[in-house]
Amino acid sequence: MIDVKNLEKKYGENIVLKNISETICKGEKVVIVGPSGSGKSTFLRCLNLLEVPTGGEIWFEGNLINSRECNIDAIRMKMGMVFQHFNLFPHLTVMENITLAPVHLKLQTKAEAEENARRLLSLIGLSDKAQAYPQMLSGGQKQRIAIVRALAMNPDVMLFDEPTSALDPEMVGEVLELMKNLAKQGMTMVVVTHEMSFAREVATRVLFMDEGEIKEQAPPSEFFTNPKHPRLKDFLSKVL
Amino acid sequence: MFELKIFTASFIADKFVQTFIEEDRWKTFASGLGVTLLITFFAAILGIIIGMTVAVGKVWCYQSGRLKILDRIFDVYLTVIRGTPTLVQLLIMYFIILKSVDNGIIIAILAFGINSGAYVAEIVRGGILGIDKGQMEAGRSLGLSAWTTMRKIILPQAIKNILPALGNEFITLLKETSVVGYIAITDLTKAAVAVQARTYDAMFPLVSIALIYLLLVTVMTWLQRKVERRLAKSDRR
Repeated sequence: MIDVKNLEKKYGENIVLKNISETICKGEKVVIVGPSGSGKSTFLRCLNLLEVPTGGEIWFEGNLINSRECNIDAIRMKMGMVFQHFNLFPHLTVMENITLAPVHLKLQTKAEAEENARRLLSLIGLSDKAQAYPQMLSGGQKQRIAIVRALAMNPDVMLFDEPTSALDPEMVGEVLELMKNLAKQGMTMVVVTHEMSFAREVATRVLFMDEGEIKEQAPPSEFFTNPKHPRLKDFLSKVL
Repeated sequence: MFELKIFTASFIADKFVQTFIEEDRWKTFASGLGVTLLITFFAAILGIIIGMTVAVGKVWCYQSGRLKILDRIFDVYLTVIRGTPTLVQLLIMYFIILKSVDNGIIIAILAFGINSGAYVAEIVRGGILGIDKGQMEAGRSLGLSAWTTMRKIILPQAIKNILPALGNEFITLLKETSVVGYIAITDLTKAAVAVQARTYDAMFPLVSIALIYLLLVTVMTWLQRKVERRLAKSDRR
């Protein structure tokens, strides 16, 4: 589904991603962990071209997305993204946040989009917040609505960029719960996170990134119990 | 005795009659007020159009790194307009650039609109840059184009934040139009000066128009507050 070939990203002289090649298949739940500054967020953001790679190729569903000919807006409709800081639109109600894109892009009529939004909101138990503004919500509620906003586009893959890092500890659970449900329903997910329990429980594959490279990858059972790379051993000894 | 005389009611009534009633002089003030409002209104609209265009254009050039020439042109515009007096710009418009146009009001609207556009551009640009870049990323990640995200997500938030500065700009614009007398337009200020020349009394006409300007600015401030309150509804907790 996503094919990354020799991906490279430089900021001036500073190399953030070195020659990464990776394939993510439909239905996989790939969790990326690693120390800060390791390039894991940059890697994730390259997948939907929020960061433009300086070298290599990124293929999504048969399209080379980092080429001039590619209509990136059409690609992004199929790739949902959830951010660390939620990035809800503060001047719009929850309902408008969810329905803006599908209605504007003419994927759904306003009535369809609103019905879909109400269904998604009731799924996460926030039906009563449809007319509220983001300001009035807790961090956990905001992030769940941000996830729903991405889901409203019916994406083929969901990218999560440290979705729980900006949350109060007591709100992490509700967001992870929603992500686990999503995983159960078969959504293809790529998740950058520090939540090792989530990686262990949900991931089909865990990638360890350090210094702009994928240093090791394995299914979670093996990844956590039998790490091979010394950097990963060191990392796990600090976070577990 | 003279000082006392100024404050008597009958003296003020006399001056009022002399300034506004005799020879229908109120009509001079009224048409002058109309000209002032006309120039301010259309110059403000032109200023908003130019300012928005330049601000969005500059931000776009900056973020995409493309069309550096356009960015340079905008910079020259901003530098020249903000670096020279409004009155000088008005005179250059009147005597040089639009010499062949004989409608002074149109010249004034253009001169003040182009002038105001530069200030509006910098205000709007500041407003856009003040919006968290996560907002643009969120819009783009949903598949919205850069232009749609700008229009639907960035600008509405930016405008809410810059409303006080914009209101200030249009208040300044209203007051700055008082120099259009230099290009032979009878606005509110020129009307007072004309009446003064007929009645040999400076105080009553000048204080009167000062009060009218004050009233206009008060109304504009009130309108601005009203819009601010309306746009602030998403801030309520």
